[in-house]
Amino acid sequence: MLRLVVQRLLLLIPLLLGLSVLLFAWVRALPGGPVTAMLGERYTPEAAAAIEAEMGLDQPVWVQYGKYLGQLLQGDLGTSLRTGRPVVEEFLVRFPATMELTVVALVFAIGIGIPLGYVAARRAGSVVDHASVVVSLVGVTVPVFFLAFILKYLFAVELGWFPSAGRQSTTMVATHPTNFYVLDGLLTAEWDAAWDALVHLVLPGIALGSIPLAIVARMTRAAVSEVQNADYVRTARAKGITAARLRGDHILRNAMLPVLTTIGLQVGLLLSGAVLTETVFAFSGIGSFLAQAVFNADYPVLQGFVLLIAVVYALVNLIVDVSYGLIDPRLRRQQ
Amino acid sequence: MTQHSTDQPDRPEAAVTETPAPEKEIAVAATAVPADDDVVLRVEDLAVDFRTESGAARAVTGANVEVRRGQTVAIVGESGSGKTTLAMAVLGLLASNGAVAQGHIWFKGEDLGAAGAQRMAQLRGTELGLVPQDPMTNLDPVMRIGRQIDEGLIDNGVRTLRTARARTVELLQEVGLPDAARRASQYPHEFSGGMRQRALIAMGLSARPALLVADEPTSALDVTVQRGILDQLAGLTRDLGTAVLLITHDLGLAAERADVVVVMYRGEIVEQGPARRVLTEPQHEYTKRLMAAAPSLASRRIEIARERGLEEVLEEALLAPSAETGSSDDGTASGNPDEPTTAALVQVRDVTKVFRIRGNGLLSRGRDFTAVEGVSLDVPRGGTVAVVGESGSGKSTLARMILDIEKPTSGTIEFDGAPAGGHDHRSRIAYRRRVQPVFQDPYSSLDPLYSVYRAIEEPLRAHGYGDPAERRARVEELAEQVALGKGVLRRFPSELSGGQRQRVAIARALALSPELVVCDEAVSALDVVVQAQILRLLAQLQEDLGLTYLFITHDLAVVRQIADRVIVMQAGRLVEEGTVDEVFDTPQTDYTRALLDAIPGRDLDLAV
Repeated sequence: MLRLVVQRLLLLIPLLLGLSVLLFAWVRALPGGPVTAMLGERYTPEAAAAIEAEMGLDQPVWVQYGKYLGQLLQGDLGTSLRTGRPVVEEFLVRFPATMELTVVALVFAIGIGIPLGYVAARRAGSVVDHASVVVSLVGVTVPVFFLAFILKYLFAVELGWFPSAGRQSTTMVATHPTNFYVLDGLLTAEWDAAWDALVHLVLPGIALGSIPLAIVARMTRAAVSEVQNADYVRTARAKGITAARLRGDHILRNAMLPVLTTIGLQVGLLLSGAVLTETVFAFSGIGSFLAQAVFNADYPVLQGFVLLIAVVYALVNLIVDVSYGLIDPRLRRQQ
Repeated sequence: MTQHSTDQPDRPEAAVTETPAPEKEIAVAATAVPADDDVVLRVEDLAVDFRTESGAARAVTGANVEVRRGQTVAIVGESGSGKTTLAMAVLGLLASNGAVAQGHIWFKGEDLGAAGAQRMAQLRGTELGLVPQDPMTNLDPVMRIGRQIDEGLIDNGVRTLRTARARTVELLQEVGLPDAARRASQYPHEFSGGMRQRALIAMGLSARPALLVADEPTSALDVTVQRGILDQLAGLTRDLGTAVLLITHDLGLAAERADVVVVMYRGEIVEQGPARRVLTEPQHEYTKRLMAAAPSLASRRIEIARERGLEEVLEEALLAPSAETGSSDDGTASGNPDEPTTAALVQVRDVTKVFRIRGNGLLSRGRDFTAVEGVSLDVPRGGTVAVVGESGSGKSTLARMILDIEKPTSGTIEFDGAPAGGHDHRSRIAYRRRVQPVFQDPYSSLDPLYSVYRAIEEPLRAHGYGDPAERRARVEELAEQVALGKGVLRRFPSELSGGQRQRVAIARALALSPELVVCDEAVSALDVVVQAQILRLLAQLQEDLGLTYLFITHDLAVVRQIADRVIVMQAGRLVEEGTVDEVFDTPQTDYTRALLDAIPGRDLDLAV
């Protein structure tokens, strides 16, 4: 198990190196180059030359890449052209927000998707089964931003059950040691702040979790349908064990393997898919910041964020792979 | 019991149509049932239906079976005969679309047909035990063996959470699992097939049930392992006084292990009675067919050359099974008159195959595993050589080397005087045309999305054979050779029976007119009756097309029916070699003797 972790972490090195080359090349491939992109309407040849010299863009490409890589190794991802603050800092402020949103979306997707899929499979052809198909179809087909707008309109604007935007009420005064607002509230014992932050996560969490919910429900249904007809389940029944044990220890545990793979892949999508949801709910996570960066051609932010998201994605998948081994003993030896 | 056994065989097959009549009789009897304390299970006029898209399908019709304390009753039949359905009905474990349509299942005076799901769950694991068929699929892969036995003990109130493990270890010891305490904390994938089956037996008997249903408990295992496990099972059930309902397709095994044999065919019990009587005086046509086909009982090679049909061949085999192998008009396997004088088609010389097992760590070195060691053999042109051995004996690796799928580590394989396989892509392709395989599992070796026509045509297409019209003609010719109707060509593997699929696999192998056909357990997955048909087909094709066969099998009984020469392998080495008669009649090594002894029913003297 430890070997797997070390192996995977070592594999991160070539992955990030390759990605850095791609990102470096991409910025150079912008029409007119990065300087044009930065200057926009203020472009004059003199200004461009000045910036090029300042940024070392007049030097050979490999020298530039070497410098870029050197900075990366020191944890320097450059400075945002828009806010003037270091990219790493911008990331660290916003990443917790997106992470919180992703966790809520996942809890929603898994908490409803797995039971729904399970019941649908155990009672194939029943009302629940058909309902799960409808839910899945709706979840997959309705665009996230549309669902986000509907939720916001219905539950925030019309019914007023949930706040419509932001991470916390503007009137709430709270300290933020970790920038995970819910966690912060709990750590500092500011319960009302924690609750307020949590309530702000509900609607965006549901909007973001709708697609994974649909996929998890479908996968669970398929996996449980197969496992419940497996020989070992019949044998387990022949042993006369309790229904709860049959359900939990035999059927669900075996059915979870393919579902887990799906969930792992979804986490990556959630981290990057938060752009739309965060924009609709004016939620200041990496998604909305990235969207801003695209509009403003803030290329250091784009470069840096893509790299950091890749690291997070790789780590999440490592966690998923390790958890396979926990569920399935046959994989431990291979790992 | 006697009452059943005497009136049952007389019942003609046509009796299906008049089921209502016996139903009435039984209804009367049912009211006066639990008279005999010794009767553990009495199945009366049982019918089981399955709901299908095309309406209800009756899987079991009017079945009457009785099992007494300490008695073993075997239900024999081919797959689809309803034998497993009957057993599952007793356990209340029918698939969700199945239900008891009529009749009673009396278990210790209680009608299980009328018992609710809850009551059945209560009885299973305490009074009713199951030893399932396939040890590879019947253990939960993600749970430790010990825990899988513990949970039954705990949930049935036999032991508490704390004391369960000690009992589990005892149970595992009881079924002959060495080092049981350590083994209990291992997972199924760390067990061999035989060990898994032992664990399943321990599981089935863990709560000391009054009735144990053993559903083909050893059919997935090697013969020698099979024997040991059946002995263990028989010993335990005898000591515990457990009644056993043994489900099997092997008449020989049933005869050897059971007190009473019940023969099922197409959902009906066609014959039942004391094991010995059913075998010596089979009444029903189907029982006779089953006996004729049973590989363990057939002792003669299928000789197609004679102008005799199979029936005659088998008839004779039945009449004189233990008699001298040579009859007046044929030269049988040993004295084959057309024994090739020319060089062998395949010459294997001192071949060794070493596999490198990947090490565990990033840097740790792998270790070597020798699958085949210094094996030499000849396959004469037009002859049939069988390689027998248990799993792990290296026989399949040998076959793969001859097929040019694996390269030998050392030694040479010559085919028709030239090195086997090819040195480049082109010569390898050419070799593949001349040597074709037929694999074991007709269920998984055919692409489910290919029609039969496409499956047979594929090799022709791949090797650029003729134009579409010529290919069609060839495919139809092949289908005819393997006795597949034209209508079958449009169908898909899922719509075919096991026997039909294997015919498709054979037609596909023959498409390119190969000289050597390597049959890797080609009939092992088939029911005995079908198996006999396929073996006969192979013999016929050999006669017509001059094919050479290399038969890889663990089933010695099959060998006797098809092979001229036998090679016995054990742990990668060749331990014995000779003609079929030499090996069967005067085995030279203990290992071969053990293999022969393990054939179920071999010792039964069935000469009528």
